[in-house]
Amino acid sequence: MTKTTQHNARGGTPPPAIALSGISKTFGAVRANDDIALTVTPGHIHGIVGENGAGKSTLVSILYGFYQADSGDIAINGQKVQIKSTADAIKLGIGMVHQHFMLVPTFTVLENIILGHEHRKGGKSLDDEIALARQELSNLAQQYGLEVDFDALVADLSVGLQQRVEILKTLYRGANILILDEPTGVLTPQETDQLFEILATLRQQGVTVLLITHKLREIMAITDDVSVMRGGKMVAHLTTAKTSPEELAELMVGRQVLINADFHDAEKGEVCLVADNITLTGDGGIPLLRGISFDLRAGEILGVAGVSGNGQTELLEVLSGITPPTSGEINIGGQVIGAHQPATPNDVKNLGLAHVPEDRHAMGMVLPFSAAESAVLGYERQAALGDSIWFGPDLLQNHCAELMQDYDIRPADPALKCNLFSGGNQQKLVLAREMSAAPKILLVGQPTRGVDIGAIEFIYQRLIAMRDQGCAILLVSVELDEILTLSDRVMVMNNGASMGIVDKKDADAQSIGLMMAGVV
Amino acid sequence: MEGLWLQFLLTIDATLRVATPLILCAMAGIFSERSGIIDISLEGKMLMSAFAAASVAAVTGQPWLALLVAIGVSVFLSLIHGFACITHRGNQVVSGLAINILASGLTVTLGIAFFAQGGQTPFLKGDQRFSPITLPFADTLRDIPFLGPIYAEVISGHNIIVWIALLAVVVTSLVMMRTRFGLRLRAVGEKPEAVDTAGISVVLMRYQAVLIAGVLCGIAGAYLSIAHGAGFVREMTAGKGYIALAAMIFGNWRPLQALYACLMFGFLDAVAARVQGLELPLIGEVSSDLILALPYVLTVIFLAGFIGRATPPASIGVPYVKER
Repeated sequence: MTKTTQHNARGGTPPPAIALSGISKTFGAVRANDDIALTVTPGHIHGIVGENGAGKSTLVSILYGFYQADSGDIAINGQKVQIKSTADAIKLGIGMVHQHFMLVPTFTVLENIILGHEHRKGGKSLDDEIALARQELSNLAQQYGLEVDFDALVADLSVGLQQRVEILKTLYRGANILILDEPTGVLTPQETDQLFEILATLRQQGVTVLLITHKLREIMAITDDVSVMRGGKMVAHLTTAKTSPEELAELMVGRQVLINADFHDAEKGEVCLVADNITLTGDGGIPLLRGISFDLRAGEILGVAGVSGNGQTELLEVLSGITPPTSGEINIGGQVIGAHQPATPNDVKNLGLAHVPEDRHAMGMVLPFSAAESAVLGYERQAALGDSIWFGPDLLQNHCAELMQDYDIRPADPALKCNLFSGGNQQKLVLAREMSAAPKILLVGQPTRGVDIGAIEFIYQRLIAMRDQGCAILLVSVELDEILTLSDRVMVMNNGASMGIVDKKDADAQSIGLMMAGVV
Repeated sequence: MEGLWLQFLLTIDATLRVATPLILCAMAGIFSERSGIIDISLEGKMLMSAFAAASVAAVTGQPWLALLVAIGVSVFLSLIHGFACITHRGNQVVSGLAINILASGLTVTLGIAFFAQGGQTPFLKGDQRFSPITLPFADTLRDIPFLGPIYAEVISGHNIIVWIALLAVVVTSLVMMRTRFGLRLRAVGEKPEAVDTAGISVVLMRYQAVLIAGVLCGIAGAYLSIAHGAGFVREMTAGKGYIALAAMIFGNWRPLQALYACLMFGFLDAVAARVQGLELPLIGEVSSDLILALPYVLTVIFLAGFIGRATPPASIGVPYVKER
């Protein structure tokens, strides 16, 4: 378990457990990691924070040999190394607990742990090996407080216990550097506390822990050092004791070039949507939404701010009828939707609600379809498209051509496949489809994710124009500046709960940042 | 009474003969599918190796050499399947279907080109093929009432490949459940990510699995043309690869249960041959077609969840791609 390095023998300060420099990795056109440097002190719990898509997972995948960096150097315990495969990483004493567990559900705990390392104890047969492993594992389990029934089927274990098996697995394989990728995403608060106790024990025993998360509370609670990533770059290295959640939140979200959106106050109309104490419980009893209440008026934009993964996605799914809430109800113009009065997305649409989903590729369009086909998805039964069972001649093409002109979608070719448009133009196509239905209520998720500046400005103007025409807009975005620019009121979400709703005049990055961090 | 008992034993004997290629192919299917690779090309591999075995035996007169060549041909087809499905992550059903179609056409074409007998290979005689092995004392013990015929008719008088098939079940079962290789193989069909992150190559594991499947199908093919039969006849597999697949599913991808399913399907086949035209009281004339259809009907019922529950390996049919 303990490896003495040459440096230790010489007596000076031990070399860093992990030292990365100049690590870059590109996927297609996306620069997932850009010149990353990182130094991790042995025996510390080192946190890496950043939003989804900041490049954290790519970085640790490189460290664990899943991908190879395009350039850059890795040194483990002071030795410069090449990590070409997962097997290399394991040999170097690196263990990883993945966000999605790497366990075979139909195997026992013991079988899962020895998988791939069945020769470690030198048993003659598999049965011998399992018996020998059992001995060592019960010692390990005791030493680190990781008790679990070795003969249970993994499928029968709770998520928290499965994670324990994952940690045990890495220790059995001789890891003294442990990487945890978003370990608490699937845990209940109690299980999270237990995990932190385990991590503290590991630190005590000299194990170096690299904790990847986007939850600031966890960073503050357990880490010694913290590094912040944003947009594929490492933006800061801090000592946890000397920083604050506010500072981290600001570093994570960053400041963007301000875009001229020509925002002006407008007259608010009547209430069109009331959300009353909505809760949603996920698999295994994990609370995803905790009692969200708000009302949404005609002619206003209600911004929903928050670090991604704090319930915004789930909120959109509940409001749009994709997922029924566990409790609470939604009132859309007198029509009540709740756990016992479920509605389909189509029902909700018929109530005058349109939805621009966060992930346009997964939910907004069908990429192999032509633009004309994607432009009618969900509205294919509209009278405007003809009321016979056939689409009228060139109807789809003409319909799409109109949208393309209205929303300045380029190239203006309705027959072109969706995946051949740029991100900005794909987004405009989805927006055009939903907005042209003239909804009373518009839900918009991440309208400018992966969209170029020019298109962003256009989208902002369109959203404000919709509002001025009396549409009620709920805008979910992880870009704080976007929220502050466009919203009449801002609701801040943290850990599935609303931290409060702030009027535009009282909303500034500082106060919103505090709420996003869950401090206020 | 004595006569009825003998009839029954002869049916059991026939069951074993009919079930042998099913058993070998079902074991092949288990290796392949437990690793996550769907193998509907059992049929094609068996057909192609049946042709190869019969051709080599006809030309050289060496059954063992013929068996070896049959295995080689089947392994080659397995590698094509692997190249398409593992290396290039192609659709496993389409690849398997392609191999079946290829085998169906190529065997006849080559058969006509080689032997000019309308796609058949020359009739094999004597020691050009694997002949039945009469166990010691079979004739002496035959006269012992009741038990004697079991030994003489059911146990004795099978060719070597029947025994290989039964051995294959034992070996498959042990390899799957009691060896390190088996553990990894089962893991790779359930959750390849877990194997990959443990530092083992998913690709290599799956190639090994389809290779073993190739060997077993090769033996099954050789059995048809140079042990059970005496030469190759076009389309001589006649859907046995698919029945083996059904037996494997019926056996829930487990060797012993698959063996039972193969024996049951073999038994139905043997019975169907014997009741042809037979008049039974109350029922009337028994339709052998109906009995022959039973394996498929039973499999469909099984898959629909009426008898037990089929639980295929979780990652079957899904090409492994490292996620981003």
